[in-house]
Amino acid sequence: MALNGVFYSLMILAFLAFFVSRFLTLKTVKGDIRRLHSRPVYYGLNSLFLTGFPAVILLIFWSFAQSILIDEKVKQQIPENFITEDAPLNLIMSEVDRLSEGLKQLVDQGTLSAAKIKNEDSELFGIEDKLESAGVFLSSSISPEVLSASRAKFAMEAFGSSIRNWLAILVSVLGFLWSLKNSTAEFRARNHVERITLFLLGTAATLAIFTSLGIVLSMIFEALRFFGMHPWTDFFFGSTWAPSFSAGSELSILPLLWGTLYISFVALLVSVPIGLYSAIYLSEYASKPIRAIAKPLLEILAGIPTIVYGLFALTTFGPLLRYFFGDGGFLGVEWMSDSRSVITAGVVMGMMLIPFVSSLSDDIINAVPQSLRDGSYGLGATQSETVRKVILPAALPGIIGAILLAASRAIGETMIVVLGAGAVAKFAGNPLEALTTITTRIVSQLTGDLEFDSPETLVAFALGLTLFTITLGLNVLALYIVRKYREQYE
Amino acid sequence: MTETSHTNSLFNVSDKTKNRNAAERRFRIYGILAISIGLLMLLVLASTIILRGTSAFQQTFITLDVDLLESKLDKKGNRNVDDIKKVSTFGYSPILLNAMKKVLEKHEIRTSLKKKALGGIISKSAPSQIRDFVLEDVNRIGQTVEFKFLVNGWIDGYIKGRYSRESVANSKFASAEQFDLIDQLLEVGVVEKKFNFDFIFGADASDQRPEAAGIGVAMVGSFYLMLVVLVLSLPLGVAASIYLEEFAKQNIFTDVIEVTISNLAAVPSIVFGILGLAVFINYMHLPQSTPIVGGLVLTLMTLPTIIISTRASLKSVPPSIRDAALGLGASKMQTVFHHVLPLAAPGILTGTIIGMAQALGESAPLLLIGMIGYVATNMPTTISEGLLSPNSAMPAQIYEWAKRADPAFIERAWGGIIILLIFLLTMNTMAVILRRRFERRW
Repeated sequence: MALNGVFYSLMILAFLAFFVSRFLTLKTVKGDIRRLHSRPVYYGLNSLFLTGFPAVILLIFWSFAQSILIDEKVKQQIPENFITEDAPLNLIMSEVDRLSEGLKQLVDQGTLSAAKIKNEDSELFGIEDKLESAGVFLSSSISPEVLSASRAKFAMEAFGSSIRNWLAILVSVLGFLWSLKNSTAEFRARNHVERITLFLLGTAATLAIFTSLGIVLSMIFEALRFFGMHPWTDFFFGSTWAPSFSAGSELSILPLLWGTLYISFVALLVSVPIGLYSAIYLSEYASKPIRAIAKPLLEILAGIPTIVYGLFALTTFGPLLRYFFGDGGFLGVEWMSDSRSVITAGVVMGMMLIPFVSSLSDDIINAVPQSLRDGSYGLGATQSETVRKVILPAALPGIIGAILLAASRAIGETMIVVLGAGAVAKFAGNPLEALTTITTRIVSQLTGDLEFDSPETLVAFALGLTLFTITLGLNVLALYIVRKYREQYE
Repeated sequence: MTETSHTNSLFNVSDKTKNRNAAERRFRIYGILAISIGLLMLLVLASTIILRGTSAFQQTFITLDVDLLESKLDKKGNRNVDDIKKVSTFGYSPILLNAMKKVLEKHEIRTSLKKKALGGIISKSAPSQIRDFVLEDVNRIGQTVEFKFLVNGWIDGYIKGRYSRESVANSKFASAEQFDLIDQLLEVGVVEKKFNFDFIFGADASDQRPEAAGIGVAMVGSFYLMLVVLVLSLPLGVAASIYLEEFAKQNIFTDVIEVTISNLAAVPSIVFGILGLAVFINYMHLPQSTPIVGGLVLTLMTLPTIIISTRASLKSVPPSIRDAALGLGASKMQTVFHHVLPLAAPGILTGTIIGMAQALGESAPLLLIGMIGYVATNMPTTISEGLLSPNSAMPAQIYEWAKRADPAFIERAWGGIIILLIFLLTMNTMAVILRRRFERRW
């Protein structure tokens, strides 16, 4: 029986349990609900939980443990001398995986009997043709070692799975019987059900922690593997980014960091003045209808997917810049050789960031107490003087927080720079030249056919970890500043 | 004394006041300028999308009467499907050429074009179109059938104004003579520009045939991604928020969860892609480029958004509702599930839709789990195939097109963006309407 077959039967069993125990409980009190401790539905739910959950949990854990154990066993079965440089263990293992999957398929189709595969003495003639006609393609001809390993794997899996399935159904039936024992009027069903529900809710909340732990751990783990292969001094303090797949690559983050910061700086140069002045105008000067129209319109800019900005940079804004500054262009200068450049990516990214700056600053300016404004007006200051000398200084920490948040967005942005910034890793100052960023390099190192054992691939995890640390740091700092500032006026 | 009081009179503005008023006016203009620049950028972006994308929905078609000659397609004449299958698409090209010549004769159009250039007017997908038609029912051989073929991407580009006779002077893909012929065929109505449903519902095509590429399969891929995101992140997110908001005691553990969630929301999306690659593909061996992996990664990204908005809407349900329910004898759990949650539902739904819209437009993590570089041609037929077989997604497909060299693909990328934005606009409008209709102010 396949995994989802068991799963469906468990679900059916659980629903049956619900109705049976609800019915039985009602019968014990002859349909007089007032004599029950809880409402009838709770007796049913109690039964449903007991029948379903332990069995499903067993199913999941058993499946995980089984796959790990079987993998270990199969690895031991492959003879030492069969593993060579050309055929490392992980390649052989994936071949075994595919072959045993193929055998499973053949059994499902009925072209091969499971007993014949398990019986080690029987020969499997013409297995390759059969597999091919079933649509399973293997990279090379099947060697006897691989075949016997996959047969062993198939046998172990079949054995383990059948035990697992029967055990799960047994557990489920036991749970059901246990819950029937409790289908009496005195049983505090609601309390039991609520305790289980609370446990489930708590588990869901803890998952959030596990995800972030997973993120950090998986990246740290892979990054450590990278630092085991490549000197960390070169990564942090080297000066060249030149990955070559024939060994001897220089992988330093500094040129990438330079490109990232440069482009982010240009983006902030565009977005901060525009965003800040918009926020001031909207909160201090604009009439209600103008505000009601302009604010959501500006915020649309933040809702547009970044791929749109990337395409805009690549096909519209970049060529436009090149038309002005490029070879044979409008201004007759030759400052730009490619339509990808720091300015291309930076300005377009700035467009995207305007609403980030303006919305947050707007909130923060609105949070400045009216009494400060009234005091300033009372002393004869004009509106702009009030903004510049009273409101902005009061709101400054919050605005800095908003800018930091925008900066963290800019540093982690991917699509715009992948399409608009280019791939040159160097310390260049000319904003019309192409530069590359951390995110672009992560994408280029991790696309295509990958082997997770070369420093050229694993460097992406070290880059990702650095990126994660920088953005997280900026974020924590920004949130701290904003919160501190809010407290000041509460 | 009289002099000074005169200069400081309210009716006589002093220089300093003039300066201050000018500064005030300037400041106000800066503000207006900033907003106008922001809105102008929006306008430029929107008009670029519309100007460059709408042409992707139109495509040039050529109508030809094709003789399905027995002498070419079934030399033995016994209508044996296996024999007919042996004739490759290459074998269908002469039939196509004959049909083309026939049309030219019929309308008395003369051309100096050689065979290859003449055939080059029609898309490279045309022979396989006839072949599929013939293999569907071999008895069609011998008949004359009217076909509508796509016109080659370069010719289509000429009709849409992307190329001119001058710009293809040195091109090996198209020539001015071909354009002359097309002009004549346009006049007699053999060639026409029509709405292209295949762009919306069709599959992606290889590098050589931009005219045949469509976003339909990627759309289905995106649909499955969203299905995974919805099924996983909504129950998990709501359950986590209920626990944190209604049951958890304030202690270090819940503080840690809280800080973690708010920081997860700010992690760059590409980092989630790295996680997906390392955990789901490298450790768990889930199949690469599939919607299930993409959906899992996007779920991790959407979860914080849903948790934050759910908590906000749970918080906005006033304590009096809880007190009333508890006072009537409901348990804590009953209060939450029977009273608080239904009242918070519109807010939760709004947050979910917004989170899903973000996930739908996200492309960076999809690049890392292999949803690019893959020509999405097969429409999945079952749900498990939809989840587990490699596919693309709309933003990934757009990126893929943007990288290809032929400008015809750029047009399609912008067209794809229009479709993507229509989806996003619908989702966001739905969220706004939900909020307007069902939001209660207590």
